[in-house]
Amino acid sequence: MNTEPRLRLEGVTRRFPGVVANDDVNLAVEAGEIHALLGENGAGKSTLVKFIYGVQSADSGTLFWEGTPQRIANPKAARRLGIAMVFQHFSLFDAMTVAENVALGLPRSFARSGLEERIHDVSRRYGLPLDPGRHVHALSVGERQRIEVVRCLLQEPRLLIMDEPTSVLTPQEVESLFATLRQLSQDGVSILYISHKLQEIRDLCHKATIMRGGRVVAECDPATRSAHELAELMIGTDLSLPRRTSVAGGASPRLEVRHLALESSRLHGTPLKDISFEVLAGEVLGIAGIAGNGQQELMDALSGETPLADHHTILADGRPVGASGPNRRRASGMVFVPEERLGHGAVPQMTLWENALLSGATTSRLVNRGMIRSARAREFAATVVRDFDVRTPGVMQPASSLSGGNLQKFIIGREISHNPGIIIALQPTWGVDAGSAAAVRQALIDLAADGAAVLVISQDLEELMEISDRLCVISQGRLSPPMRTKYATASRIGLLMAGS
Amino acid sequence: MTIDFLVAALMTIITASTPLVFAAVGEIVAERSGVLNLGVEGMMIVGAIGAFATGIITGDPVLAVLAGAASGALMAFIFGCLTLWLLSNQVATGLALTIFGIGLSALLGHQFVGVTLAGLPRLDIPGITDLPFIGPLLFGHDALVYLSVVSVIAVAWFLRHTRAGLALRAVGENHDAAHSIGYPVILIRLLAVLFGGAMAGLGGACLSLAYTPLWIENMTAGRGWIALALVVFASWRPWRAFFGAYLFGGITIIQLHAQGLGVAIPSQILSMLPYIATIVVLVLISRDDVRMRFNAPACLGRSFHATG
Repeated sequence: MNTEPRLRLEGVTRRFPGVVANDDVNLAVEAGEIHALLGENGAGKSTLVKFIYGVQSADSGTLFWEGTPQRIANPKAARRLGIAMVFQHFSLFDAMTVAENVALGLPRSFARSGLEERIHDVSRRYGLPLDPGRHVHALSVGERQRIEVVRCLLQEPRLLIMDEPTSVLTPQEVESLFATLRQLSQDGVSILYISHKLQEIRDLCHKATIMRGGRVVAECDPATRSAHELAELMIGTDLSLPRRTSVAGGASPRLEVRHLALESSRLHGTPLKDISFEVLAGEVLGIAGIAGNGQQELMDALSGETPLADHHTILADGRPVGASGPNRRRASGMVFVPEERLGHGAVPQMTLWENALLSGATTSRLVNRGMIRSARAREFAATVVRDFDVRTPGVMQPASSLSGGNLQKFIIGREISHNPGIIIALQPTWGVDAGSAAAVRQALIDLAADGAAVLVISQDLEELMEISDRLCVISQGRLSPPMRTKYATASRIGLLMAGS
Repeated sequence: MTIDFLVAALMTIITASTPLVFAAVGEIVAERSGVLNLGVEGMMIVGAIGAFATGIITGDPVLAVLAGAASGALMAFIFGCLTLWLLSNQVATGLALTIFGIGLSALLGHQFVGVTLAGLPRLDIPGITDLPFIGPLLFGHDALVYLSVVSVIAVAWFLRHTRAGLALRAVGENHDAAHSIGYPVILIRLLAVLFGGAMAGLGGACLSLAYTPLWIENMTAGRGWIALALVVFASWRPWRAFFGAYLFGGITIIQLHAQGLGVAIPSQILSMLPYIATIVVLVLISRDDVRMRFNAPACLGRSFHATG
């Protein structure tokens, strides 16, 4: 009987210029164990996992595989040992079929004939329905993840690494993924499960290793700790939930959308069908839904990037803006926080103050008769940096140099500093560390408390439950009627998300 | 009489199209791996002078053809080093490669101006080649014509049915994903670029050994650019590029014959035809935005730098 753990790391250290991403990390994963690796963005989880999977080397430290020290030079070597990984950002090829995608991730000997049958076998055995002949670009996010999982399972791995696997799934899809993982664990497969969703870890994992600032700060049995305890271990300070203020009754609508229908201009986009809703003054309205159900299109229509034919489809404080572009809408007191931070919300190569100028040129008078008032713009950006706790050496830094969380705080802060009447945010905390996410949510709630109308479109249900007063679900381009968040349950919303 | 004329016209169309087939199919392989090499014209012309000079010096047609391919590949190697390792901009580097190639070939070719070469031997199977019409059309060409057809078949099969071809397409589609799965992105791209260069060199060799077996400065005359247009025209598929090449070759030759028959159109207008046709076709196929995006390799022209 082998008493050594399946995987053991000893003293793994990796330095990058300016930061120690992994500092003397020890970790042991037993056979058949579902082991959580918990930590904020930037805690060093990804660096550690990349080391295990052979994508990145470490400066020092040893990896023991079933008791023997190993050097894993590249992912191929990792796969030979029996280590497989499902990436957070799927390593899939859109223009290729499911079978081709699977074949690409397998060693040569696996990819011979009969692959399609084996895909069928594995997908039946673990409840992961997949059609090998379909093209990836036509699949939902959940189906795409299944390709990754099936690709890993075909190699009969003994350690499966999953990097934030549930961030894009519906509650039902999460349940079926967990069933698969539990079955794998019973079959003796070890699973290293990376996440910052505490409830999931408590439900699923046998053991948790918590990282902060590149170090392991705790090891525990997650089922015996409360989510709040885990969160405090992860963040290292007392975590305060967003403070809520209740909406005054009888408030008037500030944003009204009436019978919005729109063909999608995107490749494989979702057309919007007869969407109507209103957001009241002082209210946070949440729109939940799985990616690709029309959120992008709705954002395009609301922000004016796709102007509408009928001017009266969208009313901002009673004024029709449906046919206006983004600048006219901004002039009516609307501001927007798009999903992509780099390239949409901010220009990566430009400095922070230039980025502040881009959205605030007219509303905050940073431009005078075509000439940039750079001193004023810098001051404006510096105020945003100070007020919203953006960690950066200064406003002369390019936007791309900020971490996801800091840049998002800057973008949200920039928009809020324009004193908007209406703010519309798509996925405001996507890929943002927990501390920054809490700050962003608090900022949105505070803005509503000041009487603004806040619309948040997000896939993160926990987030919407936390901040919104009312909740709608978007599914296949249709919007459900709103419900009071306190009466909404995860299962009810999950059913709406799945389109029933 | 008319049949003889038709055969002669078709024979010249085939000879005129073959360089385009080589260059376009080679560029398809490079672009499917995600590398946009705009230096086709430069690689072609260096291939042409390399082949011609070797032909004159050694008198061996096989060596001459090989030298053409090698010269093109050498140019591609320069491009590959610059763009893949040193991460220079692919567009600018490709344009520079063309200008460099034209200059270099003029320098090397200076001593060969006015010299003529015997040209490549034709296949000529006694008895069969003499068959009317079909004989010369099918069996009356030099080896390069047959090689070009074989290369189209081989490349189409390679891209579609082999694992290496799948990996090459994967690298062009999403280089980060390919890297994270463990494919050597830079190496695959370098090989694809070298292949593209060798094929462009072969195209150049066709020109200086078969089409007009002598050296004229700047003798590729924009064929490299037509080959680049053909790649888009063919939406990155080898067979479509093959037919496209014959279409463009056909237009070039018909234009010559029309001039010979004294059609009352200024010859300059007719000489413009292939280029105008290129522009018209590019505009037409670019209209469908969605199709264009789906057909084009998603990482085309983007430098790859392994982070982490």
